[in-house]
Amino acid sequence: MLAKRIIPCLDIKDGTTVKGVNFVNFRQAGDPVELGAEYSRQGADELVFLDITASHEGRKTFVELVKRVAENIDIPFTVGGGIYELRDVDTLLAAGADKVSVNSAILRNPALIDEIARNFGSQVLVAAIDAHLEQGKWVCYLNGGRIPTDRELFSWAKEAENRGAGEILFTSMTHDGVKEGFPNDALATLADNLNIPVIASGGAGKMEHFKDVFTLGKADAGLAASIFHFKEVLIPELKVYLASEGIPVRIS
Amino acid sequence: MREHIAIVRYNAGNIFSVDYALKRLGIQAEITGDHNRLRNADKVIFPGVGEAGTTMAYLREHGLDQVIGSLTQPVLGICVGLQLMCRHSEESDVDCMGIFDEQVLRFQNPAGERFKIPHMGWNTLHGASGPLFSGIAKDAYVYFVHSYYATTGAHTCATTTYIRPFSAALCRDNFHALQFHPEKSGTVGARILQNFLDIKP
Repeated sequence: MLAKRIIPCLDIKDGTTVKGVNFVNFRQAGDPVELGAEYSRQGADELVFLDITASHEGRKTFVELVKRVAENIDIPFTVGGGIYELRDVDTLLAAGADKVSVNSAILRNPALIDEIARNFGSQVLVAAIDAHLEQGKWVCYLNGGRIPTDRELFSWAKEAENRGAGEILFTSMTHDGVKEGFPNDALATLADNLNIPVIASGGAGKMEHFKDVFTLGKADAGLAASIFHFKEVLIPELKVYLASEGIPVRIS
Repeated sequence: MREHIAIVRYNAGNIFSVDYALKRLGIQAEITGDHNRLRNADKVIFPGVGEAGTTMAYLREHGLDQVIGSLTQPVLGICVGLQLMCRHSEESDVDCMGIFDEQVLRFQNPAGERFKIPHMGWNTLHGASGPLFSGIAKDAYVYFVHSYYATTGAHTCATTTYIRPFSAALCRDNFHALQFHPEKSGTVGARILQNFLDIKP
């Protein structure tokens, strides 16, 4: 049976992991490759590496990092951040990424979705959507949640699917960091409207939130960052818990 | 003596991730489309992500279909490699190599069902038998990404169910093939690759 996926997300700046990742046994605490390998050993189903570097030099470092991840890690991984055009996708896939996550660039130029799908196949493209609930409406945002657009979550997700996106990664800016659970109603609506997998992001604070997102929210995957990094939720325990709740998960 | 492992170079993507996986197992493989290098290799790996019509056309144009089909050493097809080793693919309605007597069909949702296509993610192996699956636990999870599947038949040596049971692995004589990606399937995948490397020619 197809398993629900648990995905830790690592923010990368200048080739190292951002924000206090608290793994005790690391020689190099900030090394994303070592951290990714540790998550893989713990049973993460996929990894996401998000480049938050702005500088040109930093970008080159990130591409080098992608190559090191591909060489060393034996589960699928997605990379995102700083993707503006087809050439950026080509560079990251050639470095060994399995998928790319694109957010602002496809909002600015939706035809980029068609181009990526046509050139590399839908399976490489994760359409990332940051949205904020405002007076009952999910408003899509650009530039890491800084610039609102006139796009609305559900119609934009459907358009992304129709243009060839392989998955939707929905981050609720309203729920992110609050740790009171995922927006399960919105996620269930997305799942019902779409024929591609939905990755839920933003709001996880405890193990029960993952059970809810896979049942009530009908999500295919749950993504989180700090609760894994700070060991508030441990992936092996989370998997055992979800299995005990009857949710299909991979226990390695 | 070190074995010569060759990876078939052709117009498919994702060849490098298999090469990286072999490097993790301490194997320096050669990526080549050269007929003699492939014929003389101790083992040949035929990986790839791509579209059946264009990849099959490339293989024919370069005579690689004949070379692969006539190999007598252990051969391992992966993902679209498995599909191209079957008789026919519904993708572009193309005749393939016919090493395995299976059809490759597109996943279709039964009436009233809404399975997501492609089949993407970790799914379980059933009835896995043969040398590739030595030491692999029952119902082990492996990683899949595909919209087309090979039917099950006499050469099926593992099945997975998504919408319907399909061939997760096919084996016939020296030919082995996997629909999933062992190079992305964690320790289970690494063991399966190691099992292939351990096959005595």
